Amino acid sequence: MLKIAKYTILDITRSKVLIAYTILLALICISIFMADADVTKGLVSITTVVMIIVPLVSIVYATTYYYDAYEFTELLVSQPISRKSILMGQFLGISGSILAAFLVGVCVPVALFAFSDTGITIMVTGSLLSLSFISLAFLASTLTRDKAKGIGLALMIWFYCSIIFDGLVLLFLYTFADYPLEKAMILLTSLNPIDLARILILLQLDISALMGYTGALYQQFFGNGWGVVFTIFMQLVWIAIPMAFSLKVFRKKDL
Amino acid sequence: MDTIIEIKELKKSFGKLQALKGVSCGFETGRVISVLGPNASGKTTLIKSILGMVVPDSGEVFYRGQSVINTFDYKKHIGYMPQIGRYPDNMKIGQLFEMMKDIRQRHTGLDETLVDAFNLKSMSHKAMRTLSGGTRQKVSAALACLFDPEVLILDEPTAGLDPLAAEVLKEKIQDEKAKGKLLLITSHIMSEVDEIADDIMYLFEGQVKFFRSLNDIKTTTGEMKLGRALTKILS
Repeated sequence: MLKIAKYTILDITRSKVLIAYTILLALICISIFMADADVTKGLVSITTVVMIIVPLVSIVYATTYYYDAYEFTELLVSQPISRKSILMGQFLGISGSILAAFLVGVCVPVALFAFSDTGITIMVTGSLLSLSFISLAFLASTLTRDKAKGIGLALMIWFYCSIIFDGLVLLFLYTFADYPLEKAMILLTSLNPIDLARILILLQLDISALMGYTGALYQQFFGNGWGVVFTIFMQLVWIAIPMAFSLKVFRKKDL
Repeated sequence: MDTIIEIKELKKSFGKLQALKGVSCGFETGRVISVLGPNASGKTTLIKSILGMVVPDSGEVFYRGQSVINTFDYKKHIGYMPQIGRYPDNMKIGQLFEMMKDIRQRHTGLDETLVDAFNLKSMSHKAMRTLSGGTRQKVSAALACLFDPEVLILDEPTAGLDPLAAEVLKEKIQDEKAKGKLLLITSHIMSEVDEIADDIMYLFEGQVKFFRSLNDIKTTTGEMKLGRALTKILS
């Protein structure tokens, strides 16, 4: 498993896509910090960017890599290695590479310019977010045979999490406006890894007062230690469950 | 001679298409067995089932008497050369060989005859994506033989190889047979099968139509050439 991870990382470092991604992230972060003297505002801007770009690149890159390595996976399956090791190895390899890009592109600038609780929250949630979208990418690619369909499904997942989900939540709130929805909202938030990450970061910024009663409830729930533990736990669930499903599919998959 | 691979009532369908409809057969060591059949007759599916790349719907594959479905350890005794070998684009030939040795955890007792015969060492710095189809085939063939496995499965081995390289490979097949190995080969080139095979297994629409030795086929039909003998049997 670790050997497969090692060779996946070696293969990825020989291509330039991930280096471009690292530079893009670093440029965004540094230019935001340079443009605004207010570090907190900078962190909010970075959060916005990170919540869109990081999931998108993670899911698309991991899906494309899976399909590009498909024939190689075939070769590996004909070797004395278990299928679980092959898929987990590739997952670890891709995760390692994307996390390294995130570390250099986002964590280093944030640590240099705005080392604070909020900064650390961005680093941790951003990393977990990358992992959960790589995990979702593996699910999308093991479920489909065709590269175009796989990438389509991956984009649909990203589209759902970053745009459609918010629309659905609004619709839900509007439809059931007469009922007390605060607890339901917390549950709903868990259904979207991006929202989980975003709320955790925003609550660190103490601007939840602007978010009305629900914001206060969020603050009460997510703002304390248990809320943070819950959010991180849910993010870990978002990494583990899709990957577990994809392993289950891959075990029976015809190559 | 002992039966090394045994297949029992193997069934596999892809959606509505039934690729294998209950295939049973046994393969012995020291033979070159050619798996023939028209396109889409289930040849590749059968090979991939043996290698565990396709998971059959029902039936069993035994390797030396052990059921191998959903296991992987037996694969260290098998060398496989795919129809189209594709490898990580950014990897160089030398790195690919090093990686396979690392993955198989074997650095000694290697069989590098084909590596030398195809002159792959002089090309070890070339990236896989720059290679022609024929050179890739050479790499695949050399990789399949590298670990000196007791079973070699070659899927259309000479397609795309230049005549000289094809000769080298055919010689290698004879050598391996002489060492008492089992070779499973699919091919569409009758003259070549005629030259190297001991037994012919003919698949048709997912079933074994016949599994007989080459000599037997020739004597019963009275034909000297396999191509003509086959047409006689099948018509």
